[in-house]
This record gives sequence, structure tokens and C-alpha cells, in this order.
Amino acid sequence: MPEPVNSVVVENLVKRFGDFVAVDRLSIAVRKGEVFGFLGPNGAGKSTTIRMLCGLLRPTSGRAQVAGYDVARDPESVRQNIGYMSQKFSLYNDLKVIENIRLFAGLYSVPSKDLQGRIEWALAMANLKGQENLITGTLPGGWKQRLALGCAVLHKPPVIFLDEPTSGVDPITRRQFWDLIHQMAEEGVTVFVTTHYMEEAEYCNRLALIFRGKMVALGTPSELKRDSMKGELLLIECEPLGPAVEALQSAPDVMDAAVFGNALHLVVPDAAAAIPRIEKYLVDHGIAVGRIEKIRPSLEDVFVSLTTTRGAGEERKA
Amino acid sequence: MSITRLLAVARKEVIQILRDSRSLFIVVIMPVTLMLLFGYGVNLDLKGLPVYVYDRDGSQQSQDLLKRFQASEYFHIVRVVDGYPAITRALDDGHAKMGIVIPWDFSERLSEGGPVQVQALVDATDDNTANVLIGYAQAVVQGYSAEIQVNWLQERGQPVQPAAISVETRTWYNEDLESSAFIVPGVLALVMSVIGAFLTSLTIAREWERGSMEQLISTPVSALEIMLGKLVPYFVIGMFDVVVCAVIAIGWFHVPFRGSYVTLMVSSALFMVVVLSLGFLISVLAKNQFAASQIALLVTFLPAFLLSGFLFAIEQMPAALQWITRIIPARYYVSLLKQIFLKGTPTGMLYADLIPLAVFALVLGLLATRSFHKRLE
Repeated sequence: MPEPVNSVVVENLVKRFGDFVAVDRLSIAVRKGEVFGFLGPNGAGKSTTIRMLCGLLRPTSGRAQVAGYDVARDPESVRQNIGYMSQKFSLYNDLKVIENIRLFAGLYSVPSKDLQGRIEWALAMANLKGQENLITGTLPGGWKQRLALGCAVLHKPPVIFLDEPTSGVDPITRRQFWDLIHQMAEEGVTVFVTTHYMEEAEYCNRLALIFRGKMVALGTPSELKRDSMKGELLLIECEPLGPAVEALQSAPDVMDAAVFGNALHLVVPDAAAAIPRIEKYLVDHGIAVGRIEKIRPSLEDVFVSLTTTRGAGEERKA
Repeated sequence: MSITRLLAVARKEVIQILRDSRSLFIVVIMPVTLMLLFGYGVNLDLKGLPVYVYDRDGSQQSQDLLKRFQASEYFHIVRVVDGYPAITRALDDGHAKMGIVIPWDFSERLSEGGPVQVQALVDATDDNTANVLIGYAQAVVQGYSAEIQVNWLQERGQPVQPAAISVETRTWYNEDLESSAFIVPGVLALVMSVIGAFLTSLTIAREWERGSMEQLISTPVSALEIMLGKLVPYFVIGMFDVVVCAVIAIGWFHVPFRGSYVTLMVSSALFMVVVLSLGFLISVLAKNQFAASQIALLVTFLPAFLLSGFLFAIEQMPAALQWITRIIPARYYVSLLKQIFLKGTPTGMLYADLIPLAVFALVLGLLATRSFHKRLE
């Protein structure tokens, strides 16, 4: 069959556990060679989605295709073409590094003529050369994650799924890990990665923001920051912070107010119009205002803005 | 079905067994321990039971009677005392199972030809032991009594009548009436229940608990390959332990082996499939090591111990219980073991046990393969 442009195609995917809707009518298309981020808080449905895409959970309804194969009808073909790293470290801690690699080479039926080469490659990639005989359980967290990634891609799968691959890993190792991911993407591998670290999401080519099982935004990190905010963002330096936030919650034009470090972030419909009004409002409330200016939102601002309006909307419905 | 993938799983399993001291212990030490424990510890024969004696007569005749007790392998005269309280105390604190009291006029009344009674005080906390003791004691006393009668008649020139009827017993299959010969072959069923069901129930539940199962089933390895890859090493270990146990039984405990080695291995292989399938089924359903191991012991080890005829004869159980034993696979295996070891029954006559065992193996094996899916739900 001709190679499809999209490595992962999801249409109206739903997963219910009893009355609980874990994934709600999700539709996405991930292009070949893309690093696609799935961003959301814990319990948003990220892992459930990734497990459906790996054929580990059966979708309640909807359709998902991975590497051209339907995950519900042909999970075995899907598994031939994917590498998966689950959220919890799940290699065998009581096996040596090399034994884990050999096991997965066997499970993926790596042909014996390629075996030595793939093992060398995996060891080099995981930066574990010379450590082959260490017991996996004794490795530091970052090394384990690299080994897990190495094991998951021994068979050169066109698509890899990484479920929070860098949780519990120090920032430097995390950085190296992302270098590995981009390296693979350059070679044409599609990487589908979940995370709840905002700064990590910036490394992705495209992002889907997911909240309570629903996708709330989709785009490149800069598109999201530019377009997905409802309103504009103000930074206010003022004193004291606590009473200022309280006062601003009920101020006219203010959609949201939150403390960010030693300043406030304020969401307003129109920054230029709001600045003088807010300043006056604060002064009237006996708060000393320092700097007040319009800023570019971070992914976190976007995410908070999108999810708080959703949350409020749902509360109204109930 | 890919042999590469099956072997990958099997190799991993073997490494894990060899690296885990607890499973190594169960695989190597447990069978030997169980064999020795049941070979020596559980001895249903009553031999050398401690006896206290209060001989109030102190005559040649009373000494003769006591010598007969001493000569019997069932009794061991621990102490001769000079009063009732010592006997009572010994029975109370368990130093003696029986006290024999010979009356002061024992020899006098014997020489008069009159009847004389010897008192036996028996600890009947264990009714079975007590019954056997009483039986043995009566036999000893009657033997002596008969001899005295014969002597008495001969001294008076009377013809000695042989007893009108006597039972001539010949014990078959277990000629020496050694209970170890009866028990030891059945230990194989216990050993294999532990290896097959207990260990396997742990190995699969462990994968669920540690999360490695999720990684495993995300690869192209099939459910059947996972199952066989995991079970084959335990099958090999189980069969190895059968050989170890058989060697101990025959070489150390001198249990006769009269049947065919091939039949022994075939029966054991069938039983191994039964317990492996049970262990696998349980761990698939339980998904938690503790629950899985408890259930495994409950459905394999306990019935093998209590309801298989290993220690307690099925024929002597209440009818309802006898019926229940029919659904205990270990029952057929223990029956096969006893026939193969002790009777040497030709294989052609073992079908009554072989066929049910094979049916269990087939049904449980199929259920096990159906039970496991590569899904997280």
C-alpha cells in the first residue's frame, strides 16, 4: 500500500470506563516524522489514548489508525510497527542491561544478521556502552529511561509512543532525551509523546491540549500561544499581591487573575483599553502598582486559560 | 507462532528463576525437603512407643512377659517404676503412651492355672494410636498366654491341639508394611503442585504488578507465545523434580519401583500440564501475587494433600467427600504413582486414571490459552 502521509489518524475516538468518559470524541492526525505532543494534567486521558493507539485498550467507539492499520481490527500489525514506552518503567529490573535488550530484540523478531548491529546501536543510543552487564534495577532513573527507549525502538518502528518518558528525570538528562527524540524524528520516525511538563511541550512540533478527555486546542506551540488565548495577557507588578488578586477577581473586564512568581498575570479582552482602568482600580483599592504591561502568554497561560473557562462552563451545566 | 519470540520469553524466565534465590529454593530445596519430611516425619507406623512398667510381682514369669513386650518392635520399655503415681505422671506428661501393671500374685495364680489379669493404662488422646496399641498389647499377651497353656498341657502329657483356625497373612505390594512406601510416591504430587501452580501463579501476577506486562503485550509477541514461553521452563523444572523425587524415593527410602519409567514420566507430564494450566489461569484472574499464590495453594496443594489419597485413603472418606475427590486431578495422579511404584500395574490397565488426567490436562490447558488476552482490561 502507498505510504500514508499521516502515521496516526484518530477519528471520534471514545473510551468509557463505566460511566466515566476517559476519552471523549478525540480526532487528530499526526504526520509522518512529526514530534506530536499530548499535553494535559494527570487523569486527562493521555495514557488511555496512547494505550488505545497501541492496541492495549479497545476503543468504546470511533476509529484509530496507526501506521495504516486499524487499532481495533488489526492490533498485531499495529504492534509490529510501533515502539511503546509506558508511563511506569517496565523493563525487567532483575535482568542485566544486555538481557533486556536481547529479550526485546527477540520479541520484535530482529533478524539474527541484524541483531549485533541493533544491540550496538541501542547501547550507543542509550549511552550504555560498557554497562551491558549491570543489573537494570541498579541504574539511575535517566539511564533506565534511555534503555527503555532503546528497547522500544530495536526493530526500527516507524511510529513510537512515549507515555511521559521523562517523569522523574533530571533536567539535563531530560534535555538529552529530547535530543534523542528529535534525532529519530529527523530519520522519519513519528513520535507521539505525552507530557504534563509545559517547558517540555515546547520541544514538540505540534501539540494537542487535552483536558477531561477532550481536546481543547491543537497547533504548534507558537500558534497556541498566539491564537488560543481568549483575551490578552497582562503582567502586573504590585504590592501586596494577595489582596490585589482578590480585588481583581471581581474587577470589570478581568477574565482571570493569578499569581505568577512575584507578579500577577491577568487575562483581559483588550490590553490597551484595560491597562489604565486596571491601574486606577488597583490604586482605588489601596494597592501600590509598579509595572503593568501586555506580555506574550506562555503555554501554561494558554493551558490555564483554556481549562478554567471549560471548567467553569461545565460547572454551569451541572 | 514464532519460536524466536517464544524462546525470548522462555530465556528471560529462566534467567529470572536462576537470579531469584526464593524460586531457586522452591525449585531445588523444596522437593528434597518435602521428600525427607514425609519419608521420615510422617510415619503412620507405630514403632518403639514408650512404655512404663510397674511389676508388683517381680517373678520369672512376669519378667518373661515383659521381655516379650520389649522384643516387640512396637514397644519400648522406657522405665520400670515402683508405684502407680509414677505411671500416672508419665502418662500425664507424655513420657509414656502406655503403662503396664503386673499384679503381685501374677506368677502365683499362673502356677495355679487360674486366670490372671494384667493392667494396661493407655494414653488415648490419639484414638487411632490407642487402638493400635491396645491391639498390639493384646497380641503380645495372648502369645505369652498361649505358650503357657501349651507348656501346661505338655507338662501333664496332654496332646497339644493346634489352633483350629488361623489367618495366614501375606502382604502384597508393600511387603514390609512400611508407610514410607505408601506415602513417598505421593509426595511427587505435592512437589509438582507447588512448582506448577504456586510458582507460575507468582510469575504472571508479578508481571502485572510490576507493569512489565504492559510493555510485553505492546510487542508483537502473541498471547500463546507468552503463555508457553513462561510455562515451558517450569515444565522442564517440574519434570526434573520428578526425577529427583523418584531417585530419592527409590535410592534412599527403598520404595519399590515395579512399573514403567515411561508411564511415570507420561503421567507426570500430564499432571504437570494440569497444575501449570491451573497456576496460569489463577494468575490471569488474580493479577496480584499474594492473592494468586494463596488461591493456587488452595486449589492445588491442599486437595493434593488432603483429598488425593496421598495420606488418607479415599475409600475411608464419607461418600460425599469421595465424590468430590473425582474432580481433584491429584487423585488420579497419586493413584497412578502408587500403582506404578508399588504394584507395577501394566500401563494398559491404568486407563481409569490416565484418561481422566488427560482430560483435565486438555480442558484446563485450553481454558488457560483462552483466558489470557493481550489487553489491559
